[in-house]
Order: sequence, then structure tokens, then C-alpha cells
Amino acid sequence: MNKIERSPLQVWQDHLRAEELAYQFSPDTNKAVFYPRLVCPHGGKAPLEWRISAGRGTVYSISRVYPIKGEPYPVALIDLDEGFRMMSTVEGAAGEPEEIGRRVRVTFRAVTGEADKLPPPLPVFVWEDA
Amino acid sequence: MMTNFPKRGGSAIVGVAESDLGVVAPGTAPLDLMGQAIQSALADCGLTLGDVDGLFAAASQLRMPTLSLCEYLGIQPRYMDSSYIGGASFQSLAAHAALALEAGLCSVAVIAYGSTQRSARGSFVPQRDINEYDAPFRPRLPVTGYALAAARHMHLYGTTRSDLADIAVAARNWAQLNPKAFDRRPLSIDDVLNAPMVSSPLGVKDCCLVTDGGAAVVMVRADRAQGLRQKPVYLLGYGEAQEHHSISQMADLTDTGAARSGAQAYAMAGLVAKDIDVVQVYDAFTITTLLFLEDLGFCPKGEGGRFVQGGAIAPGGKLPVNTSGGGLSYCHPGMFGLFTMVEAARQLRGECGERQVADAQTAIAHGNGGVLAGQATLIFGTSSTL
Repeated sequence: MNKIERSPLQVWQDHLRAEELAYQFSPDTNKAVFYPRLVCPHGGKAPLEWRISAGRGTVYSISRVYPIKGEPYPVALIDLDEGFRMMSTVEGAAGEPEEIGRRVRVTFRAVTGEADKLPPPLPVFVWEDA
Repeated sequence: MMTNFPKRGGSAIVGVAESDLGVVAPGTAPLDLMGQAIQSALADCGLTLGDVDGLFAAASQLRMPTLSLCEYLGIQPRYMDSSYIGGASFQSLAAHAALALEAGLCSVAVIAYGSTQRSARGSFVPQRDINEYDAPFRPRLPVTGYALAAARHMHLYGTTRSDLADIAVAARNWAQLNPKAFDRRPLSIDDVLNAPMVSSPLGVKDCCLVTDGGAAVVMVRADRAQGLRQKPVYLLGYGEAQEHHSISQMADLTDTGAARSGAQAYAMAGLVAKDIDVVQVYDAFTITTLLFLEDLGFCPKGEGGRFVQGGAIAPGGKLPVNTSGGGLSYCHPGMFGLFTMVEAARQLRGECGERQVADAQTAIAHGNGGVLAGQATLIFGTSSTL
């Protein structure tokens, strides 16, 4: 058992700072894994490998969220072409069921915060044909 | 692997009660409501606190509910369990109680719940497990999780918001027959459709109530059940499934673990959906009822929207569902699982007055925890089903 030098979250965020959407791959089971973790959830024994997604995918589901304060915004589940699913948003989406199945691509948006502990950019999606 | 425990009909619910519901007196604590419900449930069956040697509890405001509750009640049971899978905890605890009763670890088991979620609004924030990869996108949990499932169901099967509204209206119509229900005001399909959105396609009237409340259920072995005050309600079947925690990890948003937990429960009970007389399913949101009707076999996958149309699950419809008024209209203090068991037992005892389902011999009580995550199913029957 090796000591954890950099957590899965830290590695993922390092990739985000390089504007890369990272995911993991299980060589034993030939399946993508997301969210990042230390143990293969498909039963593989070999360590999970880090890979970079091409950032293209399909809207699996989407909702328009109405916060208690502020403007509504879309929240989506995206199926990436490499075979993993993640929560994100689709810029410019209405958040309606008719948008399920549409193609999207990733882009990175800077997040505001204090300079010394600035969060990494967020991987958000735009329509593929946008 | 199939095992022979718990045994079909090996244990029974013999006492049930709610605590005060709705909005409770200022300063009332979750433990007060659990204590009040336990006292009433024991009185219901003619047992006393001194008889209780098994205690089972879950509560979102208490980190160690069995410890708090033993202290409050002044009892030292031989067996305790506070397993926690959200709103499905109580179905799971009932199965654990059945196992403990059959193994002789206890002889009188009490399952309890209490919450002041409405009165404590603003000061109490339910603890949520944060998924660091989802959180930056600000899903409004739990409702957004269910909204994503609803949108997916609409996409695949043509389900409409009006279908979901049928579910809210049916629950309200049942609540109008239940004097204890929190919201008994008239509700129309248009009222549901025109209510403010929370997380599309779900509006405010697609969402459960936020109330205070508690409940308790007393279980004993079947051999002890007959001599007590009430008709025993036998546990015929049990099943449990958990396949994710975060909504982003759920493999198929329109196929819940209820399909697996239900199949286990039916197999143990030796029954199928069409044998069930009364259906109680955890209705945190309108889409929840729809998904569970499909996954528990009351209609084919994808047909839920058409199945519930036109008052089909309302009083006088083809299938009595959530006869108390459910989490949508009767009460929802944060976790509804135990209330489905209370209503199932009352229906099988035949004491539901205006909302009583004629000749009810079998009931299903399905619990749901988290965002369609923890699933646990119980099937009950009267002595005629043994």
C-alpha cells in the first residue's frame, strides 16, 4: 500500500488548471471511471490510469434550477464519448427535456475567488455546433 | 444468495402510531416526538416501555439516535440498531428487527423516527454528503436529482408534466380523506402545472411537504403477536438494493433499485404486483411515485405516465396508492419511510375510515433514501395470507 502523495481530487484539479478534462481508465475491465478514486469500482485489480477526455459528449439529462435567490441556471448530466458521465452545465441551454441527446463540447471557465486559494477553472459545456 | 431469514410471516407489526404532525409546539425536540410516538404505539398493542428490549431508530437531526432515545426513555434494550440509508432506513430496520426477533436477540422491537424539520427551518440544515465533482454546478439537492430523472423519463417515454400532476392531485384527494393530513386544500392539475418551478420539470407542487413529525412501529415474533390487542400485520417479504449515492453515479435514471428490492420482496412473499391490494411508496416527488409504480411491477417500464392519468391512483381509481396522502399531502418531516409502514398496517387492520381500501389483505411499503439511492421494500399481509 503506497502512501497517497496527491489525492484523486488534487490530480483532477491539476489537469483542470491545464484546461484538461481528466478521467480514469480501468485497464483490467476496459472501462472509464468517473469520479476519480483509488479503487476500481468495476472489480479491476490493476491501478486506475489517468486519461484526458476529448471533451465531446451528449446531454444525458438536464434541469433548469431555480435558486432561492438569483437567476435560474441549467444543470446537466453529460455522457462523454469515452464512456463516463459527469455533472456540469450547458451554457445557453434552457434546461428542458427536449435538449436531452444533443451534442456538446467542453470549455473551461475561470472561477472567481481569493488569489491564494483560487479554485481551478470549471469544465462546462457548450453546444457542439456553437 | 437466498437465505431462509427473515422468514415469511415470522414476525409482525402489532402497534403503530404517529406523534404530533405538521407544526409542533415551540421547543419540541425530535426525541420528544419519538417518545410520544413510541408511547402511543405501545399503548396501541397493550405493551409497555418495560417490555421493549430491541430499539431501532434513524433521524436526520440525531447522530446517535438509539443512544439518545434510550437515555430519554430510561431503557437499556438488549439489542439496538441505527443503520442509516436515508428515508429507506425504516424498511431496512424492520428487516433487521425481524432478524433479531427470530434469532432471539430481542422479543419486543420498536422502530422510531422523529423530526422537527419544519419548525427548525433556518436553524437546522440537514447534513448532506458533498460530491466534490458535482457541487460546483450547484444542483439543488435533493430536488434536482429527481428533476433529472423526470426529464429523462419524459425524453424516453413521452411522460408529461400533466401526468406528474395527476400524481400530486391523487395524493391530495387521499389526504382529503385523512383527518391527520397536513394539506387538505383542493388541488387541480392546473394548480400543479402553474406552481412556481423549483428544478424543471418539477414545480413546488411536485415536491413533498416540509413538516414536523414522528412515528413508531412495534414488532414481535409471530408466535407472540396473536395475544396482543390488534390484528397482527405479518411481514411477508423484504428486499433491499443500493446502487449509487450521488445522482451522477446512477447508471440509468429511469431504472431504480426498487426493481431489485421489489423483486426480492415479492420472491420472499411468494406474491406478484397484481396480488397487492394497497400500495404505499415513498413519494418525495411526483416522479418518485411514477418510477416506483413501474419498478415494483404495477405497470410496464415507461407506462407510468399513462398509468396514473385520470385519477387512476386516486380514491375510487384502479389502484389505491399512498392512501394517507403521502409525503406530498399528509406529512413529510424529512424521511417518510416509516409512515408508509404505519399506513400499510392500518389499511390491513381495516381502521382507515373514509379512505379504507375494501378487503385489503396485502400491502407493499416501499422506502427511498437520498436521490433514488437507498431502496428497501416490505410486503405485509393479514393472517389470511399466511
